[in-house]
Amino acid sequence: MKIWKTIKSLFLWELLKGLKQTGSHLIERKITVQYPDEKTPQSPRFRGLHALRRYPNGEERCIACKLCEAVCPAAAITIESEQREDGSRRTTKYEIDLTKCIYCGFCEESCPVDSIVESRHFEYHGEERSDLLMTKEKLLANAVLLEDEIAADREVEVKYR
Amino acid sequence: MIATWQSWLGLWLPEPLPMILIILLKIVAIVLPIMGCVAYLTFAERKIIGYMQMRIGPNRVGPRGWLQPIADALKLLSKEIILPTKANKALYFLGPIITLAPALAAWAVIPFDNLVVLADINAGLLYILALTSLAVYGVLIAGWSSNSKYAFLSCMRASAQIVSYEIAMGFALVGVLIAAGSLNLSEIVLAQQGSLLNWFWLPLFPLFIIYFISGVAETNRAPFDVAEGESEIVAGFHVEYSGMSFALFFLAEYANMILISVLSAIMFLGGWLSPFQGLDAIGLGVVEEYTNWIPGILWLLLKTSFFLFLFLWFRATFPRYRYDQIMRLGWKIFIPLTIIWILVVGGMVVFEVPPWFDA
Repeated sequence: MKIWKTIKSLFLWELLKGLKQTGSHLIERKITVQYPDEKTPQSPRFRGLHALRRYPNGEERCIACKLCEAVCPAAAITIESEQREDGSRRTTKYEIDLTKCIYCGFCEESCPVDSIVESRHFEYHGEERSDLLMTKEKLLANAVLLEDEIAADREVEVKYR
Repeated sequence: MIATWQSWLGLWLPEPLPMILIILLKIVAIVLPIMGCVAYLTFAERKIIGYMQMRIGPNRVGPRGWLQPIADALKLLSKEIILPTKANKALYFLGPIITLAPALAAWAVIPFDNLVVLADINAGLLYILALTSLAVYGVLIAGWSSNSKYAFLSCMRASAQIVSYEIAMGFALVGVLIAAGSLNLSEIVLAQQGSLLNWFWLPLFPLFIIYFISGVAETNRAPFDVAEGESEIVAGFHVEYSGMSFALFFLAEYANMILISVLSAIMFLGGWLSPFQGLDAIGLGVVEEYTNWIPGILWLLLKTSFFLFLFLWFRATFPRYRYDQIMRLGWKIFIPLTIIWILVVGGMVVFEVPPWFDA
């Protein structure tokens, strides 16, 4: 069937088929999401900016077990801890370097007390490097701002954990 | 009207000045719209390719993105022009100029309507062929003087490609020349008078296809854009150029696209002739009557934009050819095919095959 093939290539058959394909897309409905005006739906498991949660009575959840620090594949988490006056173990320093973080969610998965979580918030920026170093204060503040959404998402996901 | 202007200017200017002034005005009247077309061709390209990829394309600057080309131009104007170390300064700045100048100069012989042409010279086709070949020097000079291996590789590729396709293109034009019996572009258009079926695209169909594909290769457009090959040689012969000197290459590429399109329209699709000509024969003379008022330049624009759309459509569709495939296509397929068809056209002319050559 070599002749058939030659004739086909002489009359640009395959090329015309390609043109038909792109031509049909020209008039099809466009699927672009015009981002700042339109947004795609998010999953409750979305992994965005981190937050360090508290119990409803105001006590920090984090017990400085350092599981998240150990599991973090990018070594983005730094924790230092000491004994508080009441004898419980608490962190004195809890930092996540967002320039290293790969948003894998392992820290959240490893946390035995649901303290470190990744929220749905992802539209943030830093104007200098230090803005992207999340200190304990910043993480706790994030949790205060986003607690309702975070708690609701954990509620939905509880049966899969 | 132009004659009255000239005599009016002659009242208070010494002799050759009024004529020179009028010619300059005519040149401006041709070049400015071309520049506008180039600007909006880039916009059309981004929009159409976007649409073919199910995207929307630029839509943020101005209503529906219509000010995008102006924003682009302002951006390029405000950028720094960088001179690479050890680049040959004179040649480095000559490159973009030599690329752009022929692309614009060729428009002198393009007939926009009956008798609407800047220079109605007899060797119009030859002039066009000469000027479009000059563009290769711009590419070569730019690539050589940049003192960059990527630019150098690319200019080698580009010039080899342009020179190869020039031959197929020249042969395709020989076919037109035989069919029309003239090198004058206006006469070529007038030779196609009659009806849609009298246009040269029908008797010269293979030449028409080959001419347009060679044109795509000549302008280094996809799928023949190995000269730009982003994946291996960054951006081609103009890697080292920035700001306005880069913009000149950009202008030249798009001006060349428009030129090739307008030439295809003139030589194969009857230039400014209306497609409704000669409908009397099948009893539809009414259509011809009602569309008579449409100026010829509008038909020419319509036909040209069809070819420009094809350029963009090709770019959205075809992957880049491999270099040896480009050479094979040019030398082993196009050149033999054109030579065969020149013989066929010659035969048709000798035996006065109707309806094209029985005059």
